[in-house]
Amino acid sequence: MKAKGAIKQNAIWLVFIGMVIIFSVANPTFVKPTNLIAISRQIAVYGIASIGMTFVILIAGIDLSIGSIITFVNIFCAWLMVNQNMPMWPAVLLSLLCATLIGVLNGFMVASIGIPALIATFASQTIFEGISYLISGGMPISGFTKAFDLFGKSSLGPVPVCAIIMIVCFLVGGFILNKTYFGRYFYAIGGNEEASELSGIRVNRTKYLIYALSGFFAGLAGIVMLSRTGSAQNTAGKGYEFDVITCVVLGGVSVNGGVGKMSGVVAGVLIIGSLTNGMILMNVNQYMQMVVKGIVLAIAVGIDCMSKKRQAV
Amino acid sequence: MSEEYALELEHIRKEYPGVVALSDVTLQLKKGEILALIGENGAGKSTLIKCCSGAVVPTSGHIKVNGKVFSRMTPQLAAENGIAIIYQEFNNVGELSAAENLFLGRPIRKGVVIDRKAMNEEARKAFDQLKIDIDPNELVKNLTVGYQQMIEIAKAIQQNAKVLIMDEPSAPLTSNEVENMFKVVRLLKKKGISIIYISHRLEEIFALSDRIEVIRDGEYIDTLITKDATVDQLIKLMVGRDMSQKYPERTSKIDQSQVVLELQHVYGNGDKDISFKLHKGEVLGLGGLVGAGRTEIAEVIFGAKKKTAGKILLNGKEINPTCPKDAIDMGIALVPEDRKRHGALLTVSIKNNVNMPIYQRISKASVINSTVERNTTKKYIDELQIKTPTMAQLVKNLSGGNQQKVILAKWLAADAEVIIFDEPTRGIDVGAKQEIYKLINKLIAEGHSVLMISSEMEELMGMSDRIIVLAEHEITGELSKEEFNADTIMAYASALDMDKKKEEVAK
Repeated sequence: MKAKGAIKQNAIWLVFIGMVIIFSVANPTFVKPTNLIAISRQIAVYGIASIGMTFVILIAGIDLSIGSIITFVNIFCAWLMVNQNMPMWPAVLLSLLCATLIGVLNGFMVASIGIPALIATFASQTIFEGISYLISGGMPISGFTKAFDLFGKSSLGPVPVCAIIMIVCFLVGGFILNKTYFGRYFYAIGGNEEASELSGIRVNRTKYLIYALSGFFAGLAGIVMLSRTGSAQNTAGKGYEFDVITCVVLGGVSVNGGVGKMSGVVAGVLIIGSLTNGMILMNVNQYMQMVVKGIVLAIAVGIDCMSKKRQAV
Repeated sequence: MSEEYALELEHIRKEYPGVVALSDVTLQLKKGEILALIGENGAGKSTLIKCCSGAVVPTSGHIKVNGKVFSRMTPQLAAENGIAIIYQEFNNVGELSAAENLFLGRPIRKGVVIDRKAMNEEARKAFDQLKIDIDPNELVKNLTVGYQQMIEIAKAIQQNAKVLIMDEPSAPLTSNEVENMFKVVRLLKKKGISIIYISHRLEEIFALSDRIEVIRDGEYIDTLITKDATVDQLIKLMVGRDMSQKYPERTSKIDQSQVVLELQHVYGNGDKDISFKLHKGEVLGLGGLVGAGRTEIAEVIFGAKKKTAGKILLNGKEINPTCPKDAIDMGIALVPEDRKRHGALLTVSIKNNVNMPIYQRISKASVINSTVERNTTKKYIDELQIKTPTMAQLVKNLSGGNQQKVILAKWLAADAEVIIFDEPTRGIDVGAKQEIYKLINKLIAEGHSVLMISSEMEELMGMSDRIIVLAEHEITGELSKEEFNADTIMAYASALDMDKKKEEVAK
């Protein structure tokens, strides 16, 4: 029974390992260090953003605004640095602060007003997509200092800095969930909000914290992306919320709240990242890639749901 | 032999990883009889009936329906062989009419169009047959729980059920509705349908059943002929020990000089002008009818609802808790009525439940001190004798009595001085009830004070040192221990002649 449990718990990792084997056999380039480094760069953006989303989904919420936050941070940070001649660090910190405040706004709408998370974050998605256009006038902004390459382009030895940032973020995320008291609150609220409040949890405050964290991590993802691309585009983060939700749900975080682990989400991010990369190497048609990704998501979640069904009996 | 029985379960064994839920349980249901199945929570009643419906596959043993042997059931086989189960939660669709619910999934049609007229007619016939008065056109959400249950029963009969299993059917019903349900059940028996009736309420079992089967800890204990059985005998069989002393004696003394909690003309959450004092080491009972405002005042004291006027004093100091966390930090705790919805956090572990109110206190720079966390949990698992293999067990896997203990452990860990119990033993079986009573006494002996809301008259009088009665959100009477009397309490509780009672008291 124990072995069975271990397999079930780590099914997602088995899927990942299986996929790596298939891709390496199909195209040996896949496992070459240069390619692995490329993958780590590719997944850094949604990897970082997935941490905040994990918290949000754990309390049975959703954050559709993160794609817009990524775009906003791209435009806003570039605008500060290029149009306002602000030095890099103040611009980065100010951008992250704004991203966090967008999260706080989401928290306000969800917790204090009581707008369903889906609608509240959809509203701020639209709002900040618009504001990004207003700032940029629809034109891309580029021409950053060399120092700004740090977040997306430079490496520490062979390891890209953006991958290090992602790993640190995952460690912080895991630490929050496993070691801190508010991490316990996330699981409790996801299981039952009313009972959590009556157990002495300040549910609304915790929601503010969670949406703020989601905003912060999306903002950080935006900075990494801006540094990687070297140019702020108004479409930079478009659709990212769906990639991120896919990673999180693939990683076993239940959309009903209360269930999920950071390690699972890491696996989810790795699967989506290597799947995308592997298919590109195998010259799979772009639209076919979408088909495959959709199928993988359905199968992964399907397996999870089926094992839960069996458990229930 | 086999023709005598409609349903036989023989040597049923069910194992879950690490637990034997049923071991060698046998049940024989005669044709046209009402067999009561009783046992404490966690005795295995639900698992046993799930074996009949096919929701659970037994590890060994077999099931005979009308003499036909099955090693396992599936939901479909059960339906084909006329076994139907009425669960506590109904499968009705509120937005559809009574008739549509009756024919849910197999509507009467004319081609592709639903034949509403024929359906209503058939539904009328089905309801008439059971002598129940339901308008087939009425939306189910507008019907009372009692009628919704009738629709479930009618549905089962429509689908040719020969064996009807009813799991705690009276739990959600009012006493009038229970009477009606009894009539229907007796009618079904006359029609030759065999019934397994599961209930905690022994008086119902004596009123209704022909025979009684008792199971305990997953094992078959005995089957009795109802008319030869006694209540004491049944309780003894169920809990395996003598329960003659239902409300354990308290030896500790109330410290009349020390008022722990005092309410002065408190208004809010619908309640009006509530004033009372709770002394150290006292159990103050709050009596009254459901909806009289007892839970409401508890919510105000606990900070879950706002107070609009008046004063709450804790140890002589005025307090104004604005949320449960405030109240908890001040030393007030609430064990709510609805354990599963408001009390326990079912989806997280015992350890997390016990520590939830104190996580912030036992954290340094947001990081939980896991040694303290584990020790606290272990201490209360031992102290309250919570039955569980590990402290990592999810609370949803515990029995009702053990869940209640986990909630209590949480408040003891939080060091609550005043503990408010709202219906402390609702849905808990006889044996576990007494354990809860003993725990309340232990709390009192350790210097805690208790405010206890209870709708069970016996419990209220058995456990309280003093009772105040509410009606229509106001206090209508107070009784000291010597004055305890069910009739007086009921008189105070019925608000209809409240003024008259007030006059009487004045005289």
